[in-house]
Amino acid sequence: MASSLTNRRLRAALLAAPLFVFVSVTFIAPLATMMLRSVYEPVVAESLPETLAALADWDGRELPNEATFRVAGMEFIALNERRALGSVATRVNRLESGMRSTMLGVARELANDPPAGAWREAMIAADEDWAEVSSWLAVRRAGERITPRHYLNALDLDRGAAGEIVAQPEDRRIYVTLLLRTFAISAAITGICLLLAYPVAWLLAHARPSRAGLLLLLVLVPFWTSLLVRTTSWIVLLQNQGVINDLLVVLGILADEQRLSLIYNMTGTIIAMVHVLLPFMILPLYSVMRTIPPRHMQAAASLGGSFWQSFRRVYWPQSLPGVAAGSLLVFIMSIGFYITPALVGGRTGQLISSMIAYHMEQSLNWGLAAALGAILLLLVVLLYLIYSRLVGVDRMSLS
Amino acid sequence: MRIEGYSKARVLLMLLFAIFSTAAGAQTLTLVSWGGSYARSVERAWVEPFMEETGITVRVEDYNGGLAQIRAQVETGNVFWDVVDMSTPDAVRGCDEGMLEFIRLEDLPPAPDGTPASEDFPPGSRSECAGGGIVSSTIVAFNNELFPGEKPSTLEDYFDLEKFPGRRGMRRVPVVNLEFALMADGVPLERVYQTLDTDQGVARAFAKLDTIKDQIVFWEAGAQPPQMLADQEVVMTTAYNGRIFNAQILENQPFTIIWDGQVQETSGLVIVLGTPRLEIAEQFLEFISSSESLAAISKYISYSPTRNSANALVSTHLDTGIEMAPHMPAAEQNMRRALNSDWLWWADNRDEMNERFAVWLAR
Repeated sequence: MASSLTNRRLRAALLAAPLFVFVSVTFIAPLATMMLRSVYEPVVAESLPETLAALADWDGRELPNEATFRVAGMEFIALNERRALGSVATRVNRLESGMRSTMLGVARELANDPPAGAWREAMIAADEDWAEVSSWLAVRRAGERITPRHYLNALDLDRGAAGEIVAQPEDRRIYVTLLLRTFAISAAITGICLLLAYPVAWLLAHARPSRAGLLLLLVLVPFWTSLLVRTTSWIVLLQNQGVINDLLVVLGILADEQRLSLIYNMTGTIIAMVHVLLPFMILPLYSVMRTIPPRHMQAAASLGGSFWQSFRRVYWPQSLPGVAAGSLLVFIMSIGFYITPALVGGRTGQLISSMIAYHMEQSLNWGLAAALGAILLLLVVLLYLIYSRLVGVDRMSLS
Repeated sequence: MRIEGYSKARVLLMLLFAIFSTAAGAQTLTLVSWGGSYARSVERAWVEPFMEETGITVRVEDYNGGLAQIRAQVETGNVFWDVVDMSTPDAVRGCDEGMLEFIRLEDLPPAPDGTPASEDFPPGSRSECAGGGIVSSTIVAFNNELFPGEKPSTLEDYFDLEKFPGRRGMRRVPVVNLEFALMADGVPLERVYQTLDTDQGVARAFAKLDTIKDQIVFWEAGAQPPQMLADQEVVMTTAYNGRIFNAQILENQPFTIIWDGQVQETSGLVIVLGTPRLEIAEQFLEFISSSESLAAISKYISYSPTRNSANALVSTHLDTGIEMAPHMPAAEQNMRRALNSDWLWWADNRDEMNERFAVWLAR
């Protein structure tokens, strides 16, 4: 008996093993590396060990001494010969624009013509930015192996000269604005989806089976259609010279020069995303409503409740698990949505995902992208915890 | 059952073997370029003649620029992109960060008159890791049908909503647009980057962009602006000159290019460091960097060659027979006010400017 039970357990574990391996390789491992990247930046520290050691005792107020200049100059030249200075310079450049060419330039110039005497004068002659204390501060700060700067950056904060935390200048504050906007738009989308989906799900759950099948198909066909196709169709419909505006003008509701701006702004993002995410609200609602016996409403009516009363006190509480599941699903999906806002969001309809994609693909600042992603993840987990406290996870039905 | 399972395993093995042997087949070169009508020109001008001459197969793939994929390939040591078409700022950065092979000018073929390549490429026009390439230009274009009376003719007109009302298309990046704004605000060509070097200069550029902000429709892919003009979604837009040319010539669209204030950028072809097909990649780069090959691209699209000697070889459009010289960014009558994009400035300041641009967009 016991051995057959272990056997069965073993077999079950083996059956689950491929999935377990798959999830750890494709999900947990990348997540862990990205999290690590958001706080761990070893490149500069490993490339410039002697410079950073020399800078460690420097007071940060006046220019470093000759020995530091010499060690730094020699390390820059050696790195450049191994083609490794570029990635170091890019990282320092993120802390102080212009440092990229300041470092590469001095390495190139001094490699051809190494100074016989003072390195300090030679480096300042090659690039006068080396006479700025801020250049050396940037090198020292970029050399921190474990650093909170990506998180500070992601919250529009920076470090001052003495290491204190200060707000970024106003024309560089972007991430908090975008995070708040992402949450506001996601909340709006969730609300609109719920308003639109609830009656549809009701209809689906309580229609005759043949009609319900047809209705369900109408919900599922867009669900199965490519996201890209649906998004670009909205462009055709909503644009300035698009179907909807044309129709309004032809019908005389709008004058030609009054055409509505329905796309390439926040309105466009909301319309297209509501459409894309609607099935994720309808389906959980439908699956919950199907289990609510119609007799409950009849019973409430027979006891003298008006429709509104019986709905509010009998039907709505029973449909809550579906509402919770659908809302959570839609909200979490919209927080991380990328393609649709990128295509129809224009200027005002961009979400935080656009900045994450930018730092992954264009600026190659993966640390900052990771920090932004981690903050998003943290907020979603927090939200989930609050939600499960309020509603109870076991009562939530994900269809 | 067992026999069947065994044969399945064998089939699987053979399949795997087949996949790996094609992957290891050294004679297929992968070239990654920008897609659309430009990539078709690359195929016809460079890829097909090269395949004919050498018998080497070249597969062309599309990408949207950026170094992310190349960095991933180089870091993991699994390089499957061999040659990549790249904007000069990206090439400079990829070269600095050690993701690309150096291209020595001494290895490239001399001009038809014997001038060595090192004297034929204009100084400072390319990254040390790039060969071949084109000079493209960002210009302002408009749809004639929307301007029955006076037509816009200068860069200033793009920023003049009173004289020429209507929506404008603009690429959603700070590159080129900050330069346009300063030039239209009266900054002379040679002082544009000096001005951008100061905080007040950057603020001045954004202030100029502010004057048309409500009327801007942003685009991202080079194929969008001609479409936006054709749909009359905008009355004017910034665009790549080659895309507008193609719409004018091949689709008979009533578009006009305003060459005044054009911003020229170069791009080149690079070899990804560590490609197992280095030898044929170098062979390909050598082939396309000859003056003849570089001039050949202008038979299909109106981008200027990067070598001086190739400019003289520009002739006619292959499909329509029209004279190409007047449509080139480098044509004399188009060069009256033309700015060379300073890729070194952008390599230093791109991250910061992109951030400020994002702030400006969100405001």
